Amino acid sequence: MSPSIIYNLFVRDFKKQKKRMFLTLLAILWGTLSIMLLLAYGEGLKTQFIKGTDGLGEGIVIMWGGQTSIPYKGFGKGRRIPLYEDDIEYLKKSIPELREVAGEYIRWDAGIKYKNKTLSERINGVFPAYRELRNMHPQIGGRMINDLDIAQKRRVAFLGDAAKTRLFEDEDAIGKTIYIRSLPFTVVGVMEHKIQMNSYQGEDEDVIVIPASTFVAIFGDPYLDNIVYAPKSQENAKEIEEKVFEVMGAKDKFDPADDDALNFWDVIETRRITNNVLMGIEIFLGIVGALTLLIASIGVANIMYVSVKERTREIGVKMATGARKSYIVIQFLLEALGITFLGGFFGMSIAYIATEIFRRLPIESEVLTYMGRPTVSFEIGLIVVLILGIMGFLSGLFPALRAASVSPVEALRYE
Amino acid sequence: MIQMSKIRKVYHTGKVSFEALRGIDVEVKNNEYVAIVGPSGSGKSTLMNLIGCLDTPTDGEYLLNGNHVDSLTPNQLAEIRNRQVGFVFQAFNLLPYASAFENVELPLLFSGMRGRDRKQRVLEVLASVGLADKMVNKPTEMSGGEMQRTAIARALANRPGLILADEPTGNLDTKSGAEIIKIFDELWQAGHTVMIITHDMNIANHCQRVIRLKDGMVYNGNGASPGSTKP
Repeated sequence: MSPSIIYNLFVRDFKKQKKRMFLTLLAILWGTLSIMLLLAYGEGLKTQFIKGTDGLGEGIVIMWGGQTSIPYKGFGKGRRIPLYEDDIEYLKKSIPELREVAGEYIRWDAGIKYKNKTLSERINGVFPAYRELRNMHPQIGGRMINDLDIAQKRRVAFLGDAAKTRLFEDEDAIGKTIYIRSLPFTVVGVMEHKIQMNSYQGEDEDVIVIPASTFVAIFGDPYLDNIVYAPKSQENAKEIEEKVFEVMGAKDKFDPADDDALNFWDVIETRRITNNVLMGIEIFLGIVGALTLLIASIGVANIMYVSVKERTREIGVKMATGARKSYIVIQFLLEALGITFLGGFFGMSIAYIATEIFRRLPIESEVLTYMGRPTVSFEIGLIVVLILGIMGFLSGLFPALRAASVSPVEALRYE
Repeated sequence: MIQMSKIRKVYHTGKVSFEALRGIDVEVKNNEYVAIVGPSGSGKSTLMNLIGCLDTPTDGEYLLNGNHVDSLTPNQLAEIRNRQVGFVFQAFNLLPYASAFENVELPLLFSGMRGRDRKQRVLEVLASVGLADKMVNKPTEMSGGEMQRTAIARALANRPGLILADEPTGNLDTKSGAEIIKIFDELWQAGHTVMIITHDMNIANHCQRVIRLKDGMVYNGNGASPGSTKP
């Protein structure tokens, strides 16, 4: 069968049915628009949540000391297990599966001053590896704490972006001197803003970061507050946790099975759960959209059935003048697919334009920080085209088969 | 051209079956001008549908141009309807939304003729029925006579040897009807085989030969009986 025959028939008849097609087209447009916007919304939400989860750090585990709950080797239970700076190197050496390990000291009670402004914010004493582990990157023109700072116990500070604004407002902070416990510190960097949805002891935008060695020299803290580590692979975080229990238990003399001796926050697991929840939300939104589209395609099928019925005589005439059944089937199929894809195309275009406009709108809102901006991705487009194709095909197939099953004699007699 | 022997056609509607044709023999030679007459329900239209390959007989043998039609596939039948037979109906059966040009173009589309040739052929055949100036008109913008001439042009588009007309003048006034019959005369003179179903005895007598049907059988004047209608 020649494609030109099909094409000519299709184009001719489609043009003639303009009015009928319009409403169906509108239904498909609406269905496509719904599914696109819902999926785009889900995508934006997901992107934002992943960004927010990664704000705390990608693929990291945070651990802090606990109390033993099982008597072990002559020690009673209830013994505190502190974390020491030496544990960082010890863990690195004992567990080769760890990519990076860092520790942090935390204080709340130090006054921070710049000119006449005083802040009472969290002060973190950290090591250079902290930057990458916790996604604390400096804005252009500044830097994070480095090895020399640690070695020389320099009095330098790295500010969270919100803390910087509170102290300096619009003023440039780099190179300025702030006072922590009345000791002068030079500001060497300001954190690039990040979205952070999970936190412990406050968000990083409020923090004042100083070298760990300087911190110990000033405050005299004997123990680390936390150790943050990142496994080389995110797959075996659980096994590594068990190893940490083993090696720490060997050193600090507690039972490796004593879950209370050390505390963990597995951010990797948190992200996995977030991912799954978001996947669930996306699937839900997709189903809602698909159902809207399904209703629209039932509309197409309905119109096609009506069209077949109304055009029974036409089918008869076509058969009498030499149309094969397959021409009739393909014509109705193409009509259904044509309506579906045309409506789908307009719906997708509108959805795309709408999301692009929304992305460019300068709206600042707390809600948007968590919701993100709806994003139309290539995958979403592909999914929608696929759904449209299947629905267009199915909504055309059955009416088309009915059309072709008409006997020409009956069809010509049809009033 | 047409050789039918012992043709039966039985219609089934639910549990009731109706024998529209009861084993008739029909033979039509090339370039004959034949009228089929008979009362309503005598099987005229059924016979025409069978001759035109719109339908297949329940029983019997049918040769069209020497080919056995009773054993052909639906696609082969479509091909025959497209190239060897031209239909003209009482109700014209034009596509209402399409122009005269597009209606006439239809069989040419199905035969796969190329765009330029197709256009030329449509113009040619519309001119031959005197509608060269009406080709953009839709059926609603035409008189009955013009509609029927459009339908004849459509029937002629693929140059079929056989023209089948089912009450072609039934919906027309006398003058338009006469014009249509004149076109059939010309077609016959040009070498086509023409078969017309009619109630109008003037038209029937105008033809070369008349086949009378009654109760699904050919009627010879002495009561209905299965019989042959050899010219």
